[in-house]
Amino acid sequence: MSRRPLIREVPPTSWYFRQPRYLRYMSREITSIFIGAYCVLLVVGLQRLAAGPAAWEGFLAALKSPASIVFQFLCLVAAVYHAATWFNATQKAMPIQIGEDFVPGNLISGAHYAAWAVLSFGVLFLAGVF
Amino acid sequence: MTPLKERLVQLEVLRYNPDTDTEAHFQRYEVMCQEEWVVLDALNKIKADIDPTLNYRWSCHMAVCGSCGMMINGEPKLSCHAFLRSYEGVIRVEPLAHFPVERDLVTAPDDFMEKLKRVKPYVIPKEKKPISEGEYKQTPAQLMKFRQYSMCINCMLCYAACPQYGLTPHFIGPAALTLAHRYNLDSRDEGRKERQEVVATHEGVWECTFVGACSEVCPAHVDPASALQQMKITSSVDWIVEHLIPGGKS
Amino acid sequence: MRSISTDVVIIGAGGAGLRAAIALAETDPKLRIALVSKVYPMRSHTCAAEGGAAGVIKPDDSFDLHFDDTVGGGDWLSDQDCVEYFIHEAPKELLQLEHWGCPWNREADGSVAVRPFGGMKKKRTWFAADKSGFHILHTLFQTSLQFPSITRHDEFYALDLLVDDGRCQGVTALEMRSGELCQFHAKAVIIAGGGAGRMFPFSTNGAIKTGDGMAMAYRAGAPLKDMEFVQYHPTGLPNTGSLLTEACRGEGGILVNKHGRRYLQDYGMGPETPVGQPQLKTMELGPRDRVSQAYWHELQKGNTVTTQWGECVLLDMRHLGEKKINERLPLVRELAEAYLGVDIVKDAVPIRPVVHYMMGGISTNTKAATPLPGLFAAGECACVSLNGANRLGSNSLVELLVFGRRAALSAIEHVQSAPAPNATALNACAEQTRSRIDELMTRTDGIESMSGLRREMMDTMEKNVGIYRTEEGLQEGVNKIHELRQRYRRVKLTDKSSVFNTDLFQVLELGSMLDCAEAVTVGALARKESRGAHQRLDYVERDDKNFLCHTMVYHQGLDVPRVDYLDVVITKSPPGVRDYSGDHK
Repeated sequence: MSRRPLIREVPPTSWYFRQPRYLRYMSREITSIFIGAYCVLLVVGLQRLAAGPAAWEGFLAALKSPASIVFQFLCLVAAVYHAATWFNATQKAMPIQIGEDFVPGNLISGAHYAAWAVLSFGVLFLAGVF
Repeated sequence: MTPLKERLVQLEVLRYNPDTDTEAHFQRYEVMCQEEWVVLDALNKIKADIDPTLNYRWSCHMAVCGSCGMMINGEPKLSCHAFLRSYEGVIRVEPLAHFPVERDLVTAPDDFMEKLKRVKPYVIPKEKKPISEGEYKQTPAQLMKFRQYSMCINCMLCYAACPQYGLTPHFIGPAALTLAHRYNLDSRDEGRKERQEVVATHEGVWECTFVGACSEVCPAHVDPASALQQMKITSSVDWIVEHLIPGGKS
Repeated sequence: MRSISTDVVIIGAGGAGLRAAIALAETDPKLRIALVSKVYPMRSHTCAAEGGAAGVIKPDDSFDLHFDDTVGGGDWLSDQDCVEYFIHEAPKELLQLEHWGCPWNREADGSVAVRPFGGMKKKRTWFAADKSGFHILHTLFQTSLQFPSITRHDEFYALDLLVDDGRCQGVTALEMRSGELCQFHAKAVIIAGGGAGRMFPFSTNGAIKTGDGMAMAYRAGAPLKDMEFVQYHPTGLPNTGSLLTEACRGEGGILVNKHGRRYLQDYGMGPETPVGQPQLKTMELGPRDRVSQAYWHELQKGNTVTTQWGECVLLDMRHLGEKKINERLPLVRELAEAYLGVDIVKDAVPIRPVVHYMMGGISTNTKAATPLPGLFAAGECACVSLNGANRLGSNSLVELLVFGRRAALSAIEHVQSAPAPNATALNACAEQTRSRIDELMTRTDGIESMSGLRREMMDTMEKNVGIYRTEEGLQEGVNKIHELRQRYRRVKLTDKSSVFNTDLFQVLELGSMLDCAEAVTVGALARKESRGAHQRLDYVERDDKNFLCHTMVYHQGLDVPRVDYLDVVITKSPPGVRDYSGDHK
């Protein structure tokens, strides 16, 4: 007798249940569906705007429906989660070396969070919230 | 002097012998161990006193030779660095995931060895300097730039942790790509362009979806995930320079 | 039987084997090179070396000083022509590694940094933090990947040398994953199989260090030289035996007994030096043999600390501070923390001497050639007589490189003049291996358990061939090992299957270790003097009149081996006093 290596297949549809870290990864990936859906919503809004004031008013009204609010809330949660994973990754992707030492990772991620806050503030300002 | 504490440990070990088995099965062992032991010590005691037919690799017992990687309760671990005190109940021991199993806990690392070679993990100097001219000067800062990525012990735990490698076996994978990055960052090296032929492809860094599991399981704190993300950025910059900047060359 | 025809076979793919392979490939790209190893190259035990590699590079250092340190450190048992060659090649080899990418630590100006090491008069140890061996091994392995003429045969367990017409012309090996027996035919064979520290129960050595290369050469008629010189490293973790590098002391760590006294000053290595300001070649920077022996005396005096792992002394590095420890000794910190639960930044760590290195091995000359034509050897498995009776820390990593390369050059020379192998004769020779393995696999009258015999061997070695030895103990050791070799013929192989049968390999490894252990005990019994790592309580003085010579042990089948002697080569340094007091000039 001789070699007969055993291949232990990875289950193609359920592998992410094997490890909490795989589930975390999948949940991060799934946020993209919400972000994609929200983009579609924005495109529809543009289309409504182009179709005239009545269409636009109808669109705004639809946005205020309870189902829509739930949907937008979910999109917001997904976007925040996605953004956080992205900012946390920056310290790995963009390390900054000064002399022999590296700038601490949370400083790099923190700078991104700060920039995010400033930008968001600017957008809200332009939108007339303040 | 307090005597060393002992504890009866139960292990459930995956067994497979191609001479006699058509598929793998688990075998239960009970063995008296010292509380401070690692899983490898328990396996060694089983092999010496209970079952000489149990097979696994090991050598250094200090987490540097990279031989004894296995799945312990589903997590890729060096068994010489998996302390019994961290586990309760039955400890399940399986061969490293994503590699063919030769026998029991022994896997075939051929695919990794082949991929390692493909990324050209050695200094490719612009021009060779004779030994008589002394060393290449390299400041401590230049050394620190790549040192972390030179710490890889080739234990392949990252391959066992990476679902992307499990699902798409053509992926060059974390450790090999990280070593490519290590040489790319080395001030003595000029070989990045050659390595890009493998690195900046869909077998290379673009197959990585940044699960990050590789870095979580790495026993040498190499952080392959960071290396791969950095390579994605430099590869993107290459592409932009080549395709979007007039007269730009990568 | 699968037959592989090649030009040079290298057995062992650690530092020496890889260095030899690269030298062969670079010197003659047309040569076919077979690199045979029972483990993948990066698993080789070179990876566990920590402290560094010695080579004269700094302006305040000189070849003469490295020569004197090595010869004196070896208690004048080193062949001085060999030392001369070695010290001149050492910096070239370390620079070569630098060119290949080894991440040596650096000075601020970008030149390589050096650190102090035991028994060395100057700072001359190149280092890559405390993972020097690891980086050397991986640099060599990765560099070797660019040479198409190197064909690796990973996880092939080499069995017997093929000798025909008085020349070594190949080797038989088992492919571990298939159980298939193979033979390699070649004009030259280089053994780089490492040491045999696993014959002792408490050792820094990895499981693979079972002396297979030594035993293979020994069985084929090449003598083993100076096997009685077994180095105890002074600072091992008391439970796992893991090495805490000499660099711990090089960087300023101190050794204290249970009274907090730096006891080395009581054993000819004083006076005490200021804590944190290590002085070269004295106190904690004495040579390994002396420092380990001092532990033994402290043990006799009851000055050791009783721990749950046995009697220890303390290695105190707290005064180095966290920053320096993390920069220079990160692995040491990790090891002590993980396996012993001691953070060296906050606490002194209990340690005790542990078997580390074999000065002895296959007898080679300065060209890395054994007395058997066509057979070369390098690394720990060889005894080129660089290390004499006691190796200085950081000389062995360089020895791998210098003599790995030298073995390759000698092999090329030999290949150019040697006649082609006679395949028929070699096939017949290989059949003897087949019978041996077949007999083992089909043995039905096996009654001795492998692990039982191994335990008895280890206990015997520890009890009778330790740091201090006596006639009575050594005689008991010789008798016991001889008895074990006889009983080994009835060892039981439980696992008869073909694929990756580690039961089989452990049985074969035990055979290798028993052969080596017999050479150690016989050599030690015959050497009625104390020199370097061989200390006899009944012959406490060095005896240059009778024993300024190498022990040569010849295999005699199942009989007790034959012991002979060979003069030490003295070129310019006559035997003198080893002075490691702080007063030495």
